[in-house]
Amino acid sequence: MLSFAIRRILQTVPTVLAVVLVIFVLFSVVPGSIVSSMNDDGRGPADAQVMERMKKQLGLDDPVYIRFGSYIAKLATGDFGTSFRTREPVTTMIAKRMWPTLQLIFASMIFAIVIGVPLGFVAALRPGSFVDTISMVVAVSGLSMAKFWLGLLLMYLFALKLGWLPSFGYGDGSLKYLILPAVTLGVSPMALLARTTRAAVLEIMTADFVRTARSKGMSETRVVKWHVMRNALVLILTTIGLQFGALMGQAVVVEKLFSWPGIGSLLVDSVLQRDIPAVQGSILVVVLFFLTINTLIDLLYGVIDPRIRYA
Amino acid sequence: MFKKIAIVAGLALALSVTAEAQTPRKGGTIRMTAPYGSSFSSMDIHTTQRAQDEIFAKGLHRSLYTWNSADGKPVLELAKEDIVSGGGLVHTFKLRDDAYFHHGRRMTADDIIWSYNRIMDGTKAYPGARFVRVIEGAAAVEKGQAKEISGLKKIDDFTLEMKLTEKVDPGFYFFNAITSIYPADEGAKESFIQKPIGLGPFKFVEHVPGSRVVLERWDRFYKSGKPYADKLIVSLMSEAAARDVAFRNKEIDTSVLGPAQYVAYQADPGLKGTIAEVPEVFTRYMGMNPGYKPFADKRVRQAINHAIDTDLIISKLVKGKAYRATSWLPLTSPVYDKSMKPYAFDPAKAKALLADAGYPTGFEFEWTTSQNESWGLPIVEAIIPMLDRVGIKVKVKQVETAVLAETIRKGDFQAYVYSQATGPDPQAALKCFHSSTPQSACNYWNFKNAEFDKMVDEAGQTDDAAKRVQLLQKANALLYEEAPVWFFNYNKAVMAVQPWLKGIQLNATELTHQNVEDLWVDETSPAK
Repeated sequence: MLSFAIRRILQTVPTVLAVVLVIFVLFSVVPGSIVSSMNDDGRGPADAQVMERMKKQLGLDDPVYIRFGSYIAKLATGDFGTSFRTREPVTTMIAKRMWPTLQLIFASMIFAIVIGVPLGFVAALRPGSFVDTISMVVAVSGLSMAKFWLGLLLMYLFALKLGWLPSFGYGDGSLKYLILPAVTLGVSPMALLARTTRAAVLEIMTADFVRTARSKGMSETRVVKWHVMRNALVLILTTIGLQFGALMGQAVVVEKLFSWPGIGSLLVDSVLQRDIPAVQGSILVVVLFFLTINTLIDLLYGVIDPRIRYA
Repeated sequence: MFKKIAIVAGLALALSVTAEAQTPRKGGTIRMTAPYGSSFSSMDIHTTQRAQDEIFAKGLHRSLYTWNSADGKPVLELAKEDIVSGGGLVHTFKLRDDAYFHHGRRMTADDIIWSYNRIMDGTKAYPGARFVRVIEGAAAVEKGQAKEISGLKKIDDFTLEMKLTEKVDPGFYFFNAITSIYPADEGAKESFIQKPIGLGPFKFVEHVPGSRVVLERWDRFYKSGKPYADKLIVSLMSEAAARDVAFRNKEIDTSVLGPAQYVAYQADPGLKGTIAEVPEVFTRYMGMNPGYKPFADKRVRQAINHAIDTDLIISKLVKGKAYRATSWLPLTSPVYDKSMKPYAFDPAKAKALLADAGYPTGFEFEWTTSQNESWGLPIVEAIIPMLDRVGIKVKVKQVETAVLAETIRKGDFQAYVYSQATGPDPQAALKCFHSSTPQSACNYWNFKNAEFDKMVDEAGQTDDAAKRVQLLQKANALLYEEAPVWFFNYNKAVMAVQPWLKGIQLNATELTHQNVEDLWVDETSPAK
């Protein structure tokens, strides 16, 4: 198990290095800079002297290879650099935004798992029934709906019409502020989980070992509990893992809509204002999160199905 | 002039104006919104000139001057008196002796000198340097040739002498938050950026990055009885649709409206009364590069002004959320000439002018634009068929706003569409067209006209206010004739204000920038 874990972790290193390189190159060639963005609201003529000084101060005039070398050297020590905008260390900025994003993602995933997995199970156990049809309509709708639109609908209904929840903001970080953004973000993985669970369970229900179990006289409850669920779990877990990682990226829209102070909204503003260290740091954190979750899921496979770790 | 416009534009606020006759209520919470992004750039307001950041800075900080929205001009804030001598170049400020920083120390002339010296630090890049540079010796500090600005002299703790390099009204240079006065003893500390200290009516409580800034009443604020509110919360809300829901749900007290919402609020009897609007000092236009041959000819530029049905675009696309531009200086400019008429929509005349200029079959140009809904791609797309009718073909080049700003500054365009501050100082706004102004500064059109230069120079030198107005009006009229740009519109800033929030000022420099000490909430506010 340990060697499997070490092997899996080492496999992520080239991915991280490739991502670092791609992000750096991309934002080196993309037009615009923090200096030009200073004046993008047209409030006053750009001061040429200040702009030149800012370029020099931020090292924007240095050749790309020098900037890359300096970036990598800092990164190796865990230093993500200093934000061009706030003049704060990027690690500090990300640390402040990390918890709200994690809150949002975990809440969304809990919502998705608690609703999606049972929905898929119920649908699969009664294929073609009314419950199955309704479950799949919900799932397809959840997958098709744009998050921005769904978020607005939820705001309108639960904040404006019913007055149950606040429509925006982080407040004191309490649950009532979290519910609407979490549901908005969680609907899509919930739908996907429902469909995946249904498909996985349906396939396993017709497998030979399930038929054997039934023919041995095992009760349907025991068949589902000991054979179907356990085997369906590998596919469900894969979906959960992929969705967990992907949610970090999808959170951008939801955070912006609900004024949620996470990594996503930091990333959007940093891209628009060309705050390159903040962009690089934010994307790197998203990628690391994705890889960590996937590595953990891979390790969990080994627990659920011991054949995988020796594969 | 400004008063008249403010009265007309503020009709929608009639109810609240009536209410303002009541005695302002003490206490409560004001909940403003910052709509121009999902974050504030920095808590160090010297480092950022973005409109977004000045919204909270108006509560936290104070500058030597402030903007008086009612009179449409800058007025003394941290000084009681300004004695002008030395042919208009020397200003002796009698400073307030009752202005206390939020850590309890009284402001003196040293703090102003320290703040301006900081802004001119040549190893840093403070955007306020473009304003402080007007003080004699400031440029030397910027270049590292001197340690202190020679043109600033402390006479005593509460008297400051400022010697300028040009005869200008320093009010226009020192009213923005980027020239805020910091406490000399605290401003240099690393911790200052985490917990800023200012002279404003509210002191810092917390900044939740990406969410809000919370400030609370500063009891030792120098204006007696002010601020009225106990607390000021500025929430970041960049999504217009989300702001709309929050405003209707009474979770916020102010919301900036875009064109679509402007129409919806006007049509809703329950919301119509919440609208506050003002012509802001921003001019939207299409800049033309004379380096591109057709645009070197005045007749071509005039033809473009005649070929576009500007009124139709303002009414249909901008939804009436703009005022037709007659020339460069906006409606709220102190020297705006109301007798001027905009270019008439006249395609036949446009064709004739093009023929005269040697382009009877038209020509093609590349138009660089952002996606902005009020002055970007949707506008360009509407104009393309209008120009096509007179034979002019357009090739659209779409870029981000930050890229557009750089493209313009570098002169790397044939034409572009933009929204630019054209005030509040008319002299500064027109100086962008002066031949001595480099393209990279703000003469993006490489405009060169000796007659224009002479008028602007004379306006800067004269002590006769009436003559100055006359000269600047003439210069503005000359721009109309030369048409270096297509004059599109002056922005109509629109903000929805909850009925319980009183004292909103129709600030033409930026409607979201409020002197928050004058705002108060009545007992119907849901925020206690």
